[in-house]
Amino acid sequence: MESERTRREVRETAAEPTGVPRRVGAQAVGGGPADEPIESAVCLSINGERHTLIVDHRATLVDVLRERIGLTGTKKGCDRGECGACTVHIDGRRALSCLTLAVAVQGREVTTIEGLAKPGTLHPVQKAFIEHDAFQCGYCTSGQIMSAVACIAEGHARSEAEVAEYMSGNLCRCAAYPQIRAAVLAAAEEAGR
Amino acid sequence: MRPFTYARAADLSSAIAEASADGTSLLAGGTELLNWMKEGIAAPTRVVDINALSELDYIELGATELRIGALARMSAVAAHPDVEREFPALRVALEKSASQQIRNMASMGGNLLQRTRCPYFRAEVELPCNKRVPGSGCAALGGEDRSLAVLAGSERCIATHPSDAAVALAMFDAVVRIHGPSGAREVPIRELYVLPGATPHVETVLAPGDVIVEIALPRSRMTSSSHYLKVRERASYEFALVSAAAGVESDGRIIRAAKIALGGVAPKPWRLMSAEANLVGVSLDDEAAMRRALARDFDAARPGRQNGFKIELAKRTAIRALQVAGGVA
Amino acid sequence: MSIGASIDRLDGTEKVTGRARYTADILLEDVVHAVIVCSTRAHARLAEIDVEDAEAAPGLLRIFTHLNAPRLGEVWGPPLGQDLLPLQGDVVLYEGQPIALVAARSLETAMAAARRVKAVYRELPFETDFSTGLERGEIRPIFFWEPDSHVGDAEAAWLDADVRVKRTYRTADRHHCTMEPSATLAVWDDGKLTLFDAVQGVVDARAVIAQAMGLDPSDVRVRNGFVGGGFGCKGWVWPHQLLAAMAARELGRPVKLVLTRAQTFTSHGYQPATIQTLAISAKKDGRLTGIRHDSILAGSYVGNHIEGTGIGTRSLYACPSISTTHRLVRVHRGDPTPMRAPLEGIGLVAAEIAMDELAYELRMDSIALRLENYAEVDPTDGKPFSSKRLRDCYEQGAARFGWSRRTFEPRSMRDGRDLIGYGMASAIFAAFRQPSRARVAIDAEGTVLVETSTQEIGTGVRTVLPQIAADALGVPVEQVRLAWGDTDLPPAPMTAGSTSTGSAGAAVHDGAMKLRQRLEAAGAKTPADYADVVRRLGVERLIADGEFDPPAESSKALFSFGAIFAEVRVDEEIPIPRVSRIVGVYDAGRIVNPKTARSQMIGGLTWGIGQALLEHSATDHRLGRFLSKNLAGYLVPVNADVPRIDVSFVEEPDPDVNPLGARGIGELGAIGVGAAIANAVFHATGVRVRALPVRPEMLM
Repeated sequence: MESERTRREVRETAAEPTGVPRRVGAQAVGGGPADEPIESAVCLSINGERHTLIVDHRATLVDVLRERIGLTGTKKGCDRGECGACTVHIDGRRALSCLTLAVAVQGREVTTIEGLAKPGTLHPVQKAFIEHDAFQCGYCTSGQIMSAVACIAEGHARSEAEVAEYMSGNLCRCAAYPQIRAAVLAAAEEAGR
Repeated sequence: MRPFTYARAADLSSAIAEASADGTSLLAGGTELLNWMKEGIAAPTRVVDINALSELDYIELGATELRIGALARMSAVAAHPDVEREFPALRVALEKSASQQIRNMASMGGNLLQRTRCPYFRAEVELPCNKRVPGSGCAALGGEDRSLAVLAGSERCIATHPSDAAVALAMFDAVVRIHGPSGAREVPIRELYVLPGATPHVETVLAPGDVIVEIALPRSRMTSSSHYLKVRERASYEFALVSAAAGVESDGRIIRAAKIALGGVAPKPWRLMSAEANLVGVSLDDEAAMRRALARDFDAARPGRQNGFKIELAKRTAIRALQVAGGVA
Repeated sequence: MSIGASIDRLDGTEKVTGRARYTADILLEDVVHAVIVCSTRAHARLAEIDVEDAEAAPGLLRIFTHLNAPRLGEVWGPPLGQDLLPLQGDVVLYEGQPIALVAARSLETAMAAARRVKAVYRELPFETDFSTGLERGEIRPIFFWEPDSHVGDAEAAWLDADVRVKRTYRTADRHHCTMEPSATLAVWDDGKLTLFDAVQGVVDARAVIAQAMGLDPSDVRVRNGFVGGGFGCKGWVWPHQLLAAMAARELGRPVKLVLTRAQTFTSHGYQPATIQTLAISAKKDGRLTGIRHDSILAGSYVGNHIEGTGIGTRSLYACPSISTTHRLVRVHRGDPTPMRAPLEGIGLVAAEIAMDELAYELRMDSIALRLENYAEVDPTDGKPFSSKRLRDCYEQGAARFGWSRRTFEPRSMRDGRDLIGYGMASAIFAAFRQPSRARVAIDAEGTVLVETSTQEIGTGVRTVLPQIAADALGVPVEQVRLAWGDTDLPPAPMTAGSTSTGSAGAAVHDGAMKLRQRLEAAGAKTPADYADVVRRLGVERLIADGEFDPPAESSKALFSFGAIFAEVRVDEEIPIPRVSRIVGVYDAGRIVNPKTARSQMIGGLTWGIGQALLEHSATDHRLGRFLSKNLAGYLVPVNADVPRIDVSFVEEPDPDVNPLGARGIGELGAIGVGAAIANAVFHATGVRVRALPVRPEMLM
């Protein structure tokens, strides 16, 4: 019975050493890990505001936004680029903050959901999301809206099918997808007027 | 993730010098590297960010070829009018890759160097996988192999290559221009990838320090009659179960010349060389004749437990891609 | 009237601006980040855990294992998700079981250190494939239901039938995949615990956590603001909450623990794969004479959850003989748990595909067959339904969908290369009710405050509860505030089983009606007088306590119903089925907010699309693990998978269920869809698929 094969058997029958390392490199050029820092002082421009802080090089933008800067509107859903919940704009284009190192966005402009509209006002896409009931639990909504704003700006909101395709990088498990399409199309139409 | 040092490359030569060092990874779009680091698939001690090398970010149509800089983003290439007009299969392949967010980030050079989506390779812990830990075995053999290769796998690995763009580029006979410690060279994309054989962790002919700087697509009459057909269960945002890039030169409905590459069936983009020869003179409407023309290329197919259906699915996908490319479907 | 009004979500602004606060959004200065290390074996004893390398990381605070973790108090579930408490011993009973907890000042350090904890296992034989152990089937109760039911004599009916259909159907292992991974933040203060937790039931969580921590429940407060989806996996309490509470007490600092996406696949249940055999016998005219529904369900060695796949079949059609059985086969996996939609959501896949097969055996229209066997009373016990408008659902659905355009023969409808199929199915869902409390108060400004411990997980209670209060009091909904998600508030049930609007809403309704009586007794002629009355009374607030205590038994059978119609398109050569249209017509009593209710139904229907065509958590039974613990390997529907969806309600208030007349809808939308789509695939292609999800290789 196949299921009786143990894990160890799988390892043993499948394993045959080859022993070739993935890359055989020349000497490191100019310094090395031993004498260089694993964290850096960075100046990040977030929603038009500058934040100077020291970040662990491993820190992703989503974690720094949330845990260090306190901008928790950007959500972490999968941390692997598979759900879109962490979508922000970097230099005006939608990008995933979970696959972006914070240290690498120095000198670039980051916009999050908190920076989309002036305090006390709503961006037309935000309004359209409310009007069309384009969310339920709301957890993916920041990412959906950042993606939607970009989708319209890219010119990818010309038909329902196009919106469906260009919004498919943002998962919504409550599944407000038809309402999201309606909201994006409505906001795009308003933007085009 | 292991702690690492971080630097920005000021120019290509320093990037090459840095990339030659053991333990250093180059960071372009980051959409792959970060995932590898998070899962422990890669653990560089130094990350060198090459995104400031704007000299590698271009799309230029020359007299004989379309040149794409390695740092051009997937979304920019997909939206470029010259790509749309002359190489539609590449546009479709790119538009059907990942999501717009990822396409905005991911570079064309990095796209070619994606690693397999084999679930054993991508697991959150190390499972027996000769790509991930050489010598650890291949749990996919005899396991959950539905998404894996039916052609050109080995006793050590049956992973497929996940890039859509690479399939289109292989069909277009693109070349990859590389700068390395020993200078510049050019490799046809079909020769960029190596088959797993006994060393599945060796995936390309790139040597330490080699940096892809440019992808060039030769212009020809055929390229504008091309199509990429991606078959997947989710309507979007999913890797291909099977895909086909086809280019056709036809006389009415009769194929004068054809090129076909498949994705999702082999460790690398898979050109159907016999079929390309056999299809000459076949009508795009004659599906039975097209099937016969395709048969030889699948003689060596080796289905596993679950993925045998891909052989038939790949044939049907190739036929449809040819028909769309030839304007009859 | 606020009830029945399609008002915008009252938490809309918070949710579209990123201000809605979820558990992991709470930032505390001195917080400690904790990361779980999971077993990589399905059955083993821990011989050794090497933490030395992991502990060397700068900023690391402590690593807990079974060797140094404090003992927890004994608790059994539910509402504990599994009986095996974390870090209490060296036995591993499922892959993904917590074997260590790493606590560090930064998330980066904790994540990196967690990867460096090395366990040495003494491996034991394991089995994760329940289908290899069918003879081991065990009889266990299904919550309050008997596992087996027998009305009439289905065996005799079978022998005597004109037409018989007997088939076995399979559904796949599925995962909830909430967009928000479960998150918890434990804060101790002077021996008392506050747990901010993404849980669907704060009151139930408090009981379990108090017991495990050895505290009086009054010393535990469980709170949440917004919860990023639940769908069942955040219903019970699971090991991670207990670990966070334990670590925070030991470290003397707040501990935040957010599951990684991979961990969500093993940390709080899943919907187990099922094998269901339907044997239906009928007369030539289509009248059912017997139904037998035998289910085999996967279970675990750490709990006793068993899916009630046959429960819906007991009440679905008028049939003199109905038998259902359920058998549990334990495997080395975490315990399964309810997932949208449990019970009928899985069982009707089998029952309603079988009905379609019968319709083809009889060469009878699918709706005609169902109308022929329309149940006017619950066949289980002969009780009348409190309200049942399923007939209208069929009729209206058929009209909206254009069912009459359907040609009977499979493969008889096409558009170019696409084969087109129409399929339909019924939906039935038991209307659960739970005791609930609410406090409704009004101040001298006329502002109404509704307080109840219920949870906002996306179902819309944040909007519908104020609507219910506004309606009872006759005030604009803008005047109503809601406090929720806190065990300090009057207790409401877990947000599960589609009970919140009906039960918590009924308590709010009761409180608001009582408050209104008091205001009127004190002289208020119209709602405009309320503020003056409060001022005149000289109190800060006038308060009324609302209650809802449903009787354990009802003289009526309480169910919601629906009819689902699906159109699929399948390319003949490249057969990837795509759903191109869905019509759902539902009878769920009164609808409080048609706008949010529509979204709820669209959500449920989309879960059905996932169930029918995408969702399948592959397991490597040699390794004893779910293989792809990520959202690229486990496919949930994306935007482009979901067509326009036509949802409507046959509204009839159901006074027997609660004073609002509203039955729940959260699960209803996800029921019957899988069968309707599979039936449409058969109609399109002529291939009868009896295992969901439908995959292209099945159609080639």
